[in-house]
Amino acid sequence: MKKRTRSSQEPTLLVGTAKGAFAIASDGNRRRWTLRGPFHFGSRVHDFRADPRDRKTWLATSTGGHLGPTIFRSTDRGRSWKEATRPPRFGSLGKKRKPGRATGSRGQAVTIDFFLAPGSAGERGSWYCGTSPSGLFRSDDGGRSWSGIPGFNDAPTWWDWTEGGKSGSPEGALLHSIEVDPRDREHLFVSMSSGGTFESFDLGRHWKPLNRGVAAPVPTPSPDYGHDPHCMILHPADPDRLYQQNHCGIYRLDRARTDTWERIGRNMPRAVGDIGFPIVAHPSDPDTVWVFPMDGTQLWPRTSPGGRPAVYRTRDGGVRWERLDGGLPRRDCFWTVFRQAMAADADERRTGLYFGTTCGEVWASRDGGESWARVAEHLPRILSLRVT
Amino acid sequence: MIVHVGSVLHAYTGGKSAVEASGRTVRAVLADLERRFPGLRFRVIDEQERIRTHMRIYVGNRPVSDLASAVKAEDELHILGALSGG
Repeated sequence: MKKRTRSSQEPTLLVGTAKGAFAIASDGNRRRWTLRGPFHFGSRVHDFRADPRDRKTWLATSTGGHLGPTIFRSTDRGRSWKEATRPPRFGSLGKKRKPGRATGSRGQAVTIDFFLAPGSAGERGSWYCGTSPSGLFRSDDGGRSWSGIPGFNDAPTWWDWTEGGKSGSPEGALLHSIEVDPRDREHLFVSMSSGGTFESFDLGRHWKPLNRGVAAPVPTPSPDYGHDPHCMILHPADPDRLYQQNHCGIYRLDRARTDTWERIGRNMPRAVGDIGFPIVAHPSDPDTVWVFPMDGTQLWPRTSPGGRPAVYRTRDGGVRWERLDGGLPRRDCFWTVFRQAMAADADERRTGLYFGTTCGEVWASRDGGESWARVAEHLPRILSLRVT
Repeated sequence: MIVHVGSVLHAYTGGKSAVEASGRTVRAVLADLERRFPGLRFRVIDEQERIRTHMRIYVGNRPVSDLASAVKAEDELHILGALSGG
């Protein structure tokens, strides 16, 4: 039997909601769950993550209804918090300059700190943050201070890829997926809604679109950018393999072999389709991922198809998909799971899988999604769920 | 001068709804507030020096949108969350 890692023995779910953040800790069997919080009560917490390098430092983004966006940091698992001394912020335009390609993102103002990602394992204290409007920021001091990455934010391509910061989701333009190649700290991937997926080999100084093969709802045939990834992940068990849940399907990319994404969502049941927000990787099997399909027909209600929520899993890289809905509501259920509101723990054999809903429920599975139990309810609308 | 701050900023002022600050312009008063209550200014003013959409600043009972607006020592400043909810 494969060993269970420390984080899977007593996982804690870090839940960001529209009204604050919560930590839901499990016992060793992942049967009993204890809720703590709210932290940052009244704020929208779009992301709430633990530092995987020490597991005691927590970062939470915070956007108020009135107040501007910021980031809070705790080094004692949420008992006390300190605000970043310099939260992510775009550069200024300078006098008499007009915004355009030459100025990139300068002149924009961050409205949401949307996505947090720890830097590489060897760079303690390094973090990335994606914002709305789409911007990429980095901290080298554990989240205390943040600086824009000029090669992304201030390049003329930023203007092209984001349509001047305007093009985006109903929430606004979002930079929402940030992945660091564990073998090479300078090899980065980001995704934007909308804009697409982009790759850098030099720690963010230069970027190229990585969208070949991905469908886009535009008249231009095979555009280089302008796509709408909802969630992009680098598989932890194979850093050459990327997956994405896109506005237009589910895709896999074996980067060492090709730069063209393959639409593995075509193998999903036609009645369910392959639209959704999250995609989650198995801790050790690069062929296994889970998705949470939603209705992307006609007016895009973005709820479970037919009012019957289900997780779908592939264990062969997307050739076949299986429906996993044991214990979930069987009918008349119309919530959604957002892009960073579903996660797996590190148990390789009986992987814990978790998601939070737009109706404030947290569901957990101790067997890779085969069966589900609700572990929290009546929380605010859940924006993110991470496992530590 | 006295600066009245709305409840959304009380986490920065230690729960106080009125604090002391000085300056000859709104910008200078905000700078003084930032020295006394680190982090407060960025929650009110964005990085392009604009008052955030859902915040309001008044000098006396006069709303201001220009941070260069002059203030006198006897003025009272109000920094409030806008009535923009439902």
